[in-house]
Amino acid sequence: MFAADFEYYRAGSVAEAGQLLAAHPGAKLLAGGHSLIPLLKLRLAAPAAVIDIGRIAELRGISADDDGLRIGALTTHAEIAASDAVKEHAAALAEAASQIGDPAVRNRGTIGGNLAHADPASDLPTVLAALGATLTVAGKDGERSVDVGDFFTGVMMTSLGENDLLTAIRVPSAAGRGTAYVKFSHPASRYAVIGVAVALGIGTKGGGWISKIKGEPKETVCTDAAVAIGGLVPKPLRCSGVEAALNDQAPSDETFGAAAAAVTGDLGDDLLGDVFASGDYRKAVAPVYVQRALAAAAERAGQA
Amino acid sequence: MKVPVRITVNGRLIEREVEPRLLLVHFIRVFAELTGTKVGCDTSQCGSCTVLIDGVSAKSCTTLAVQADGADVKTIEGLADGEKLHPLQESFWNKHGLQCGFCTPGMILASHELLRTNASPSDEEIRHGLEGNLCRCTGYQNIVRAVRDAAGAMAAAEE
Ligand SMILES: Cc1cc2nc3c(=O)[nH]c(=O)nc-3n(C[C@H](O)[C@H](O)[C@H](O)COP(=O)(O)OP(=O)(O)OC[C@H]3O[C@@H](n4cnc5c(N)ncnc54)[C@H](O)[C@@H]3O)c2cc1C
Ligand code: FES
Ligand code: FES
Repeated sequence: MFAADFEYYRAGSVAEAGQLLAAHPGAKLLAGGHSLIPLLKLRLAAPAAVIDIGRIAELRGISADDDGLRIGALTTHAEIAASDAVKEHAAALAEAASQIGDPAVRNRGTIGGNLAHADPASDLPTVLAALGATLTVAGKDGERSVDVGDFFTGVMMTSLGENDLLTAIRVPSAAGRGTAYVKFSHPASRYAVIGVAVALGIGTKGGGWISKIKGEPKETVCTDAAVAIGGLVPKPLRCSGVEAALNDQAPSDETFGAAAAAVTGDLGDDLLGDVFASGDYRKAVAPVYVQRALAAAAERAGQA
Repeated sequence: MKVPVRITVNGRLIEREVEPRLLLVHFIRVFAELTGTKVGCDTSQCGSCTVLIDGVSAKSCTTLAVQADGADVKTIEGLADGEKLHPLQESFWNKHGLQCGFCTPGMILASHELLRTNASPSDEEIRHGLEGNLCRCTGYQNIVRAVRDAAGAMAAAEE
C-alpha cells in the first residue's frame, strides 16, 4: 500500500515546526508514525504536507523532581516503560507503556503521538487521566498548559488547534499512593478493549480525641482515590462514582467489589463496541477490570 | 517532490532521491536489492518486515525511508559474520524454528531485539517479546525453543 504523495519537511526545532505549520495549512505532524503512517497507507488521511518532528532533540527525554515527571512529547513507549523515574513516580504509566502493541511499536511510537491521535483504544490517555497530568502545548500565541481532562474532546479529537504542537507532559508524582493499569487487550491488535488506571492512597481515619472519648478505634482507609477507564468510551473517563465509593472506606475486597460495581453508573450509555466486543459486553465486564486494578493499586500502596 | 536520503544497509551506504511516501521496506527491497525482508500484512500486524534501525527493532512497513535518513539499517542478510551464521540463525535451523520461512527474517530480528533487552528470557518472556510477529506454520513451539537455545549459546560465548 502506498500513501498518496505528499510534500515532506523536517523540523529541527519547535520554533521551526511552528513556522512550517503556519506555512502549510492542513499539514500533518509526523512523530513515530505508528498511527499516522497506517492512516496514510489506507488513504484515510491524505495531507498535502507532512512535517517530521521526529528529530527535535528538545522534545525527547524524561526528567523528575519532587513534584513529579516532565516527559518530552517525543519520548517513546519503550523509554517510558524502562524509566526508573517513571516507575518511581507513576508506576502505572510504565506498566501501561510496556503493554502497548509489541516491542517494535514501542520502539517507535511516542507519548505525544499517542495523546494527539486520541484513539479511544489507546492506553496512555487513560493513565494520564487518573494521574491528573498537564499537557504543555506550543501554539501560535506561545506556550500554554492544558489539563488532561480538557485535552480529549471525543473519538480521535482533542483541543489541539491547527498550529499546535504538544511539547511535554507533566505528571504529578503519585509516589506514596499505589498506582496500577490493568488492560483487557484485543487479542489481535493488542489495543485496549478496556483499560483501567488507578491511583490509591492508604491512610488512617480516627484515633483523635473525639474517637478516643467515643471509644472508636483508628481505622485504615482508602484515600485520594483516582480511577479512570478507557477503551469502551469515546475519551478517557474519570469514574467519580467509583472514587466516592472508595474514599474513607477500608481497603478490603468488599469495598473494591462495591466500588467496582459503581463503574456501570459512571459509564453511562455512550459506549463503543466492535465485532469483537459489543459496548454492552464491555460494560458488563468493566467492573471485573476495575476491581483487579483496585486490588493491584492497593497492594502497591501497602508497599509504598 | 523527491527528497535525498542516505541509508546504510548492512554496511553499504545507499544514496537515492526518493518520494517521501516511500516505505523503508521498499527502499530495502528495491534500492538495496535485498529481498530477505518480507512484506506480509502491510498493516503493521505481522512483523515479517522487522529490521534493526540503529540497532533497535522496527517494522519497516510502518517506517518511511525519509525517517531512516542517516541511519544504519540491518536486515537478515547482514546478521551473519561472513560465512559464520549468527547464533539465532544457527538455533532456528537446529531447532526447526521455521517451515516455509516467510516469517523467519522478521522473527529472527525480533528475537535479536528481545535478547538485546533481556539476555536470558523465560519462555513466557520469549512469547511476550515475539508478540508482534506472526507465524502461520510452526505453531511457535520450536521458535521459542530456538530463541531459548540461542540465548544459551550467546551467554556461553560471552564467558
Ligand atoms: C500494530 C500496532 C499496535 C498498537 N497497539 C497499541 C496499543 O496497544 N495501545 C496504544 O495505546 N497504542 C497502540 N498503538 C499506537 C501507538 O501507540 C502509536 O505509536 C501512537 O498512538 C502514536 O504515536 P506516534 O509517535 O507513532 O505518532 P504519529 O503516528 O507520528 O502521529 C499520530 C498523530 O499525532 C499527531 N502528533 C504526533 N506528535 C504530535 C505532537 N507532538 N504534537 C501534536 N500532534 C502530534 C500527528 O500529526 C498524527 O495526527 C499501536 C500501533 C500499532 C501500529
Ligand atoms: S508487513 Fe510490516 S508488520 Fe506485516
Ligand atoms: S515458517 Fe512459515 S510463516 Fe513462519
